[in-house]
Amino acid sequence: MNDGTTAGGSAADRPVPQPEEVLGPRSGELVPGSEQAGRGGRGPEVVEVRRGMFGVRGSGDTSGYGGLVQPVAMPGAATRPYGGWFDEAVDVLAEVLGEQGVAFDVAVERVVVDPHTDPPSPHAELTLHVAREHLLAVCRALRDDQDLRFELSLGVSGVHYPDDTGRELHAVYHLTSVTHGRRVRLEVSVPDADPHVPSTTSLYPTNDWHERETWDFFGIVFDGHPGLARIEMPDDWPGHPQRKDYPLGGIPVEYKGATVPPPDTRRSYS
Amino acid sequence: MSSATYTATRPPTDDEFDPGIPGFEASGGDWDEIAREAVGEERIVVNMGPQHPSTHGVLRLMLEIDGETVTEARCGIGYLHTGIEKNMEFRTWTQGTTFCTRMDYLAPLFQETAYCLATEKLLGVTDDVPERASIIRVLMMELNRVASHLVCLGTGGNEMGATTVMTIGFTAREEILRLFEAVTGLRMNHAYVRPGGVAQDVPEGFEDQVRAALPKIRQYLGQLGDLMLANPIFKARLTDVGVLNLAGCMALGVTGPVLRSTGLPYDVRKAFPYSGYETYDFDVPTSTDADCYSRVVLRLEECYQSLRIVEQALTRLEATSGAPVMVADKKIAWPAQLAIGADGQGNSLDHIRQIMGTSMEALIHHFKLVTEGFRVPAGQVWQTVEHPRGELGVHAVSDGGTKPYRAHFRDPSFNNLQAVSVMCEGGQVADVVVAVASLDPVLGGVDR
Repeated sequence: MNDGTTAGGSAADRPVPQPEEVLGPRSGELVPGSEQAGRGGRGPEVVEVRRGMFGVRGSGDTSGYGGLVQPVAMPGAATRPYGGWFDEAVDVLAEVLGEQGVAFDVAVERVVVDPHTDPPSPHAELTLHVAREHLLAVCRALRDDQDLRFELSLGVSGVHYPDDTGRELHAVYHLTSVTHGRRVRLEVSVPDADPHVPSTTSLYPTNDWHERETWDFFGIVFDGHPGLARIEMPDDWPGHPQRKDYPLGGIPVEYKGATVPPPDTRRSYS
Repeated sequence: MSSATYTATRPPTDDEFDPGIPGFEASGGDWDEIAREAVGEERIVVNMGPQHPSTHGVLRLMLEIDGETVTEARCGIGYLHTGIEKNMEFRTWTQGTTFCTRMDYLAPLFQETAYCLATEKLLGVTDDVPERASIIRVLMMELNRVASHLVCLGTGGNEMGATTVMTIGFTAREEILRLFEAVTGLRMNHAYVRPGGVAQDVPEGFEDQVRAALPKIRQYLGQLGDLMLANPIFKARLTDVGVLNLAGCMALGVTGPVLRSTGLPYDVRKAFPYSGYETYDFDVPTSTDADCYSRVVLRLEECYQSLRIVEQALTRLEATSGAPVMVADKKIAWPAQLAIGADGQGNSLDHIRQIMGTSMEALIHHFKLVTEGFRVPAGQVWQTVEHPRGELGVHAVSDGGTKPYRAHFRDPSFNNLQAVSVMCEGGQVADVVVAVASLDPVLGGVDR
């Protein structure tokens, strides 16, 4: 009875609704595997399912939102045609990888186009979810092939999805082709328990500091980096501050008799 | 003691030094005396900064020198890290602009615009942003670019001992800051650009105010050019110093004036236009000298190009007078326009009268929109703008909530500082100052 979802006897036995049974305007497109969102594919990627509101835990449902279930769904894999130059670029990449004996489907787990509309949106962005073993091969192909030529790397950033089991840490690479005026984003997901990604500094020396920053803030280990030291935080700092389980910190502030709690402990919309 | 761990937060203790390596430590004092005492030392490491007048802020340079020649140069950063990106994850999307504006404090409007463009892309309202809002953004950014370049040139001159360059640069910048103050109420940290448009329209008579300021700014730019470009001392200090060629720039991801000084006319405003830059008439100045002197010339020329854009934007501003400056979607745009009252700037009295006196629903809507914020569909975007120092990128991730799930800023200063080693090694200690000044790092942006 201390699971926080029940306050009185009458509601005690009521089960918390599961994502599959939630009704609402968006429920159809939020269920994993749904074919209704966008132009199909494997459907949106649910990275987290939130329950309730305002982060209420252990005190009974004082918010009145105890039954609320909100899946957090990122855009899922796209199906062809991707639109614009995306199809051609993906084909060339598959061909170049094939010549090196790497199967495209193995190296690139998922091709995401967002927003994926018909006709193609001028604001659509291409994301390739790359398996970490093949990251360097993909980067080399993207950089060196004359039809791809993503010669400029604009760095690496990390994202932490603590509830996306087995894929908690994401390293995101932003590549630009000055030659063709194109942009592509690579995303590599690794489990928290084994946070290793090969370093791309041999291909893009500019990623040196960006990988150090991502290590510093997220704890992603870039194997083969020439000097993977912290860059923003002091060397002896414990923890990786940009992770979601790392508190923001701060102290309560008293103002005209009332106390304002620090931002990360305030009641907030989830 | 090979297993000793050295940390940046405390000086190493005596037992952490390897007795096999002779060491000599000095902090302050007369150089002749230090050198005499340290005679026999092959390797002298000079720690320049983080509190040093010539390092452009709290930048720490670790220089290994042999006489006056720098044999190795490394940067230490992080002294101004304030966790802005982390803080943004705990505020609404609209509040985010008040945080990212504080990153690169010399170019606040670029961070704001890049962040707002990214948010608009996530919302899917990029095409709905009113034309007048885009014109105001362009106008403010280009004025900001001139102001930022003026500080770069001014402090760069000051670091070489040319104080007049600095005073002229800052006097000229003051003209622009006055314009900013008239529009946003603040000289920096504006939080003026908001997702969906800008916070409020420009004040009455603003176009005339800018038109009056432009000749003064041009005059100061002319004075700066006269002072620097033909000055033999200035040229001797800068020519063929801090050279970084095109291959080096591409490998190190260096963009902006430093990249353009190698001859590649890569400018995000032309390559990936945003805010309607494709409709403005301006040139991208380049050089092929790839040295510090050419970067000064380019920055001055870029100022004139920016003023060209400002003039075109002014004409358009007059043509769109009275048009909206925020998207029409009432679920995104804040309901109240700001107004000046007896007690200063705040929500307009008409609006307060409406929500307090006539419409309970309008009050609820106002309250919910300001405290809870609007929800942004889940997904991620990458948006870049041409910052005075290079390509500024924003990687914004939304989880469908009212706060950014992650907002990462690829600050050009952060990236460009990686080039310090390549630009300084093999040169003189005095050239380090010049080379770093030509990168124009702003440590607020580097450390965020």
